[in-house]
Amino acid sequence: MSEATDFHGLDHVPHVEKPYQRADFVSNQEVKWCPGCGDYAILSTFQGILPELEIKQENIVIVSGIGCSSRFPYYLDTYGMHTIHGRAPAIASGIAVSRPDLAVWVVTGDGDALSIGGNHLIHALRRNVNITIMLFNNRIYGLTKGQYSPTSELGKVTKSSPKGTVEVPFNAVSLALGAEASFVARTIDSNRAHLTETLTRAVQTPGAALVEIYQNCQIYNTGAFDALKGPEANLIELRHGEPIIFGPDGSLGVVRGKDGSLGVARVTDVGKKKVVVHDAYREDPSLAFELSRLTDIGVLRQATIGVFRDVARPTYDEQVRDQTAGTVSSLDSLQEYITGRDTWTVS
Amino acid sequence: MRGWSTIANRVHHTEYTAVLPKATTLNKINIDHVVIRLAGDSGDGMQLAGNRLTHEVALAGNEFSILPNYPAEIRAPQGTVAGVSSYQIHFADFHTFTPGDTLDVLVVMNPAALKANIGDLEDGGLLICDADEFTSRSLSKAGYASDPLTDGSLERFQLFALPLTKRTTEAAAPFGLSRKDAARTKNFYALGLLSWLYDRPVQPTRDFIEGKFADRESIRDANLAAFNAGYNFGETAELFPNRFSIPSSNPTAGTYRQISGNRAIAWGLMAAAAKAGMQLFLGAYPITPASDVLHYLAAAKSQGVLTFQAEDEIAAAGVALGASFAGCLGATVTSGPGLDLKTETLGLAVMLELPLVVVDVQRGGPSTGLPTKTEQSDLLSAIFGRHGEAPMPVIAPLTPSDCFDATYEAAEMAIKYRTPVMVLSDSYLANGAEPWRIPVLTELPAIEPHFTTAPNGPDGTYLPYLRDENLARAWALPGTDGLQHRVGGLEKGETTGNVSYTPENHEKMTHIRQQKVEKVADDYAPLKVDDPGGRAKVLVLGWGSSYGAIEAAALKLRRKGKDVATLVLRNVFPLPHDLGDILKRYEKVVIPELNLGQLNLLIRSTYLIDTISYHQMRGLPMAQSELAAFLKPIIEEVSK
Repeated sequence: MSEATDFHGLDHVPHVEKPYQRADFVSNQEVKWCPGCGDYAILSTFQGILPELEIKQENIVIVSGIGCSSRFPYYLDTYGMHTIHGRAPAIASGIAVSRPDLAVWVVTGDGDALSIGGNHLIHALRRNVNITIMLFNNRIYGLTKGQYSPTSELGKVTKSSPKGTVEVPFNAVSLALGAEASFVARTIDSNRAHLTETLTRAVQTPGAALVEIYQNCQIYNTGAFDALKGPEANLIELRHGEPIIFGPDGSLGVVRGKDGSLGVARVTDVGKKKVVVHDAYREDPSLAFELSRLTDIGVLRQATIGVFRDVARPTYDEQVRDQTAGTVSSLDSLQEYITGRDTWTVS
Repeated sequence: MRGWSTIANRVHHTEYTAVLPKATTLNKINIDHVVIRLAGDSGDGMQLAGNRLTHEVALAGNEFSILPNYPAEIRAPQGTVAGVSSYQIHFADFHTFTPGDTLDVLVVMNPAALKANIGDLEDGGLLICDADEFTSRSLSKAGYASDPLTDGSLERFQLFALPLTKRTTEAAAPFGLSRKDAARTKNFYALGLLSWLYDRPVQPTRDFIEGKFADRESIRDANLAAFNAGYNFGETAELFPNRFSIPSSNPTAGTYRQISGNRAIAWGLMAAAAKAGMQLFLGAYPITPASDVLHYLAAAKSQGVLTFQAEDEIAAAGVALGASFAGCLGATVTSGPGLDLKTETLGLAVMLELPLVVVDVQRGGPSTGLPTKTEQSDLLSAIFGRHGEAPMPVIAPLTPSDCFDATYEAAEMAIKYRTPVMVLSDSYLANGAEPWRIPVLTELPAIEPHFTTAPNGPDGTYLPYLRDENLARAWALPGTDGLQHRVGGLEKGETTGNVSYTPENHEKMTHIRQQKVEKVADDYAPLKVDDPGGRAKVLVLGWGSSYGAIEAAALKLRRKGKDVATLVLRNVFPLPHDLGDILKRYEKVVIPELNLGQLNLLIRSTYLIDTISYHQMRGLPMAQSELAAFLKPIIEEVSK
């Protein structure tokens, strides 16, 4: 791990005296997602997490871009900003850097974060601004009614790709790791316990955290993650310090092959000792990256979930504030500053 | 500097190896102004010498305008025209409106500097060249086939081809510097000579050299020696027939310093934030010619300024708007290409009704255009360049020091009305400088953010779009208990700020946003037309940085007995309430701009009057003499 920062992602956020209930975070706005949308499960889980964090409601800010998922802030009784397509990480950075007492989340989608806002996403992660990014990945453009997105599988047939896409999709986790993100995780809308655990850890980490959430679009891409949900699924769940075993009855494991690359083998064939043990705290992100590559780029039959990387490194916010004296200049001090030394007086 | 006309066409090309004659007392001729340009290679120290000359001029009580000019290339090859750097100063016993179109004096350190600048020297003007640098190699680098010092091509100027390098190295010889290092002090030699010629106080420059090189004794002594040698050369060489004196212009009492437009913008933002009790947050992406604002503010962390160098222009505006939402004074600075990219964020700021100061330091366009050259071609883009009905006030500072006041006012307006406000500066104001009477910050107008801290709606609710008498909305900051609310780019329901798709609501909100911005004009001071005789039938209407050229051209015309009125707008949007009546009082309205008639279009469509559009599009500040020449027949025509 890098030079340890003891600070926790919510350290500067004032704590509550009286605990909140889930209902305290439900806004008066009617939720308008399509029936069956995975966003409902994420919203409900998130409303359940907020009271547990024991931070003041008025010190929470949710910033979103544009897309179905970006309606999220309207449904939470916190401060919120529904901004511009792709720009939420930038706008949230301005809030987080100037106000350490605020807990700032970004809610975004695969088109918002990885296409139009790709630049802002990677730079927010690189800088390690203290924000938590929830990337709802439904592998489709929903709000614009069904075009392929930068995470749609190769060959995907949509209204804008009637003969199938010819674009290799982004793997959001690989991208985030390449962007020097210090906390990178993936979870899935249908697994409430995993979603809760992952989102809670993400916000507690200092600096920028990216959580990719596989989320089902009931209308334009339903079933995109079904193959990951059954008992036969190759959903590779990572737990720090534990051997990476998955599949029906834990029969499969991640092993390092003779050529040095990671692959999947039957545990009974290779023996449990050969199974790779996950280390999310490694400074070097290469294992995390390799694990992220065990995710299919086509139709999803195998994917890795869990916390890929969780390392402490100094945050942009704290370092910038350390360089800056206070927040507001006194008029006396500013008067002296603008006067300088090279002056002349006319009497 | 008319004194020179009597002694024009003398060529002095001398090697003074003999003992210099004894000092004699020369006549000092009083003149009212002079324009001097120092030009040399990037490494010749022209900016430093020019800067010190400016300081001497200021201490002598003269008004001045300066214009530094740097090469566009970062490290252009030495001795080439592309690598020439120059510093121009105009000082006078009256208010200098501009750094001057043409030069009375040109000092060049090599053939390239001569080539790049000689076109601006008035016939009969004084030309001082470092003859030592006019070698065949340097001449060919600058593209000269023959030596202009000897081929007669400079006959219409008073040429002084002096061995500056040789003189300087001789003066610096005792201090143990290498020949190359000793020669580097020739900028101070030239400064010494000019200080003598224009009778400037020299002690401040000596003090400056002592201070700047305090820890490098030999360099300090060499520079001092070079400066003194230059001064003494003027006094003893009997080369120059006269010295000149420019009486003090008796400026208003106060403490002054020199300020450039970009620095004034940075400090205007800092002053406004401090007065409002808000933290200043600048989001910026490096772009010529606006980057210096980022540099000045990044250097001001001791004053609590937060700067954020963003990944692009879009993010730079985004972080600033986020910071505004969080309660800072958010600001972003850019130039034309960056303004294009910030457009969507400005639209969001209009919708969110949050303060944001946007500074566009205009440059020649379109596209990459002329990054280091000036133009006023973003006016309509600033006023109308967003999709939807997205009005925003626009303020165009008139002079480098006015950038401070204009930016302060922009911040004041942004906070008072909860709106983005654009400041339209340009490359000319950004790099130009003039004396600035340092304001007493406690005396500047108060800025009150009036944050909402308690429920303002029925049953203890918070209505973020409830408005005050100025139509400004209630602004509660995150962290305020019980006032949690959501804002966004979707149309807002009146008062609640909730998403609304109702047709009537959209129409109403569109009008409210427009009315709010129009209300800003209620705060403007009454316009003052400059028409000393009160008889003018022609009004010259300008905006922003053309102020200097317009006033200087008018001054020139009035001195010739031509009546002309001038009015230069700072508040270009919304237009001032009293402008329409003023325009009707004149037979002709001439609108000079550094674009193809953008203000002209606005004036004609707003007031339904006929106007005469005048433009210059060369990437240079407006040439006052050309403007005067254009105006003259128009004035004569209406006087018949």
